[in-house]
Amino acid sequence: MTNAILAEGLRKHYGEVVALDGLDLSVPEGSVMCLLGPNGAGKTTTVRILTTLLEADSGTATVAGLDVKQHAAELREKIGLSGQYAAVDENLTGFENLDMVGRLYHMGRQLSRARASELLDRFDLDEAASRQVKTYSGGMRRRLDLAAALVARPEVIFLDEPTTGLDPRSRLSLWEVIEELVTEGATLLLTTHFLDEADRLADSIGVIDHGKVIALGTAEELKSKVGGERIELTVRNDADLEPAREVLSAVGVGQVTADQDARQLAVAVGSGGDALIETVRGLDTRGISPLDLALRRPTLDDVFLGLTGHVAEEVVDA
Amino acid sequence: MSFATAISDGAVVAKRNLLKITRLPDLLVFSTVQPIMFVLLFAYVFGSAIVVPGVDYTDFLMGGIFVQTVVFGATITGAGLADDIKKGIIDRFRSLPMARSAVLVGRTTSDLLNNLLVVTIMALTGLVVGWRIHTSLWEALGGFALLLLFAYAISWMMATVGLSVSSVEVVNNASFIVIFPLTFISNAFVPTTNFPTVLKVFAEWNPVSAVVQAVRELFGNTNPLSPVSESWPMQNAVLASLIWIVIFLVVFVPLAVSRFKKAAVR
Repeated sequence: MTNAILAEGLRKHYGEVVALDGLDLSVPEGSVMCLLGPNGAGKTTTVRILTTLLEADSGTATVAGLDVKQHAAELREKIGLSGQYAAVDENLTGFENLDMVGRLYHMGRQLSRARASELLDRFDLDEAASRQVKTYSGGMRRRLDLAAALVARPEVIFLDEPTTGLDPRSRLSLWEVIEELVTEGATLLLTTHFLDEADRLADSIGVIDHGKVIALGTAEELKSKVGGERIELTVRNDADLEPAREVLSAVGVGQVTADQDARQLAVAVGSGGDALIETVRGLDTRGISPLDLALRRPTLDDVFLGLTGHVAEEVVDA
Repeated sequence: MSFATAISDGAVVAKRNLLKITRLPDLLVFSTVQPIMFVLLFAYVFGSAIVVPGVDYTDFLMGGIFVQTVVFGATITGAGLADDIKKGIIDRFRSLPMARSAVLVGRTTSDLLNNLLVVTIMALTGLVVGWRIHTSLWEALGGFALLLLFAYAISWMMATVGLSVSSVEVVNNASFIVIFPLTFISNAFVPTTNFPTVLKVFAEWNPVSAVVQAVRELFGNTNPLSPVSESWPMQNAVLASLIWIVIFLVVFVPLAVSRFKKAAVR
């Protein structure tokens, strides 16, 4: 299978701060790759390098078979970018925004206009087409921004945190639009720090932290990497926390994580059923009666925690 | 990338900027009221106190106020670009297969057209308060062309500033620090004859003074009774202005384009 995106050993630093520290990435044609990581992990820097906005200090990257440095001008004809900000002009109407982008892709007047109308229709913006964008809601702006990235039917589409700052309903409707795109055969690279988003949209997920891809695989593969299932235990009072932790660390394969306020403990386990029985026995021996005890398949939250030692959302911008 | 493509890309961006002017009527009102206000204020406030021998002060003033207004107006080039960077629009443009020069060419062109409107309004206001052109049509048109050309060159300087600093506010402050002394330590509002030596030399070699003097000459707003200094730029004001314009363009066009290529969301 041909790779639509291939990056090898990308490095980039801003002064003292290392943004990318030898990032490798390959995305097969027609697939959806999601870069998952906290703010400051290097997701946006990666997208900026792959879309010719930024030059890497070292390393190589090709997108749609074109070197991002050597063939930047030709490459721009084959990609579409929707950045972190909804980069649409507030003072223009939705139609004018898309038509402008079409003209700048050097589509003829007729073609550009037709494409703009078609996209507005498809993204449910046809009624707002002749309204200035400043009257649009956040979700509408994002949809318009996404539409702008698709004007020239690009081979490779980059979406940098497409749903950041959106309310849950707008997120869902944007996800549906993105899922539709994928069925049309474009290659998609999207970044997010929402684990559920990666889980839902991506064929494969690259977990990125401190400028490197630290794990790569399907959502399922990543989940199995951190020990398959987990036991989650909630106790009734603070005094039970410590003995309960001892029980869990005896049956688990990794570190026990604790949420003191919720009196909740969790641990990854190898063989779920047996571990659950062991836990019940251990708790019984110590006279602890749990408020809640469950065996659960891991989420990407757990994956991230297992791989990086910290929770994705907790990390502040570097 | 052909030249024709670069031009048409520039035109698309210019059209976008001009649409903005029509979409924000209050912006248009203020940008036209301001020059009218300037002409009236200076003509009646300064005009009541300043006497320039041999020339009607309103005639003397108009050249100065024309240049001051277009120079101040050029800050919108920088502010517009800084705003586009902040909103991520420059990133979008940079990811498109358009000419690298188009955003800057489009921006400076739309600002030139904006300046044309401003200059027209000022000229009409000037005529109302008694300003007169005493030369031929061609010389007068030459004066307006020189004015707009100078504004265009300053626009490129402001574009460089706008692409280099961190926010729209900084553009305005930074521009003010440069533009204020440049327009006031000049012959724009008063003759430089009585300036202290250091200021006088600065004023004589100031590009603003050269353009002001050139415009006055082209409009016939000078008088032998009120001679200008013997310095070369004052004696050859049109040529000196053109030289300054070329210098500004040669320095700032490449600088602005190179800043544009590196511009990032901040």
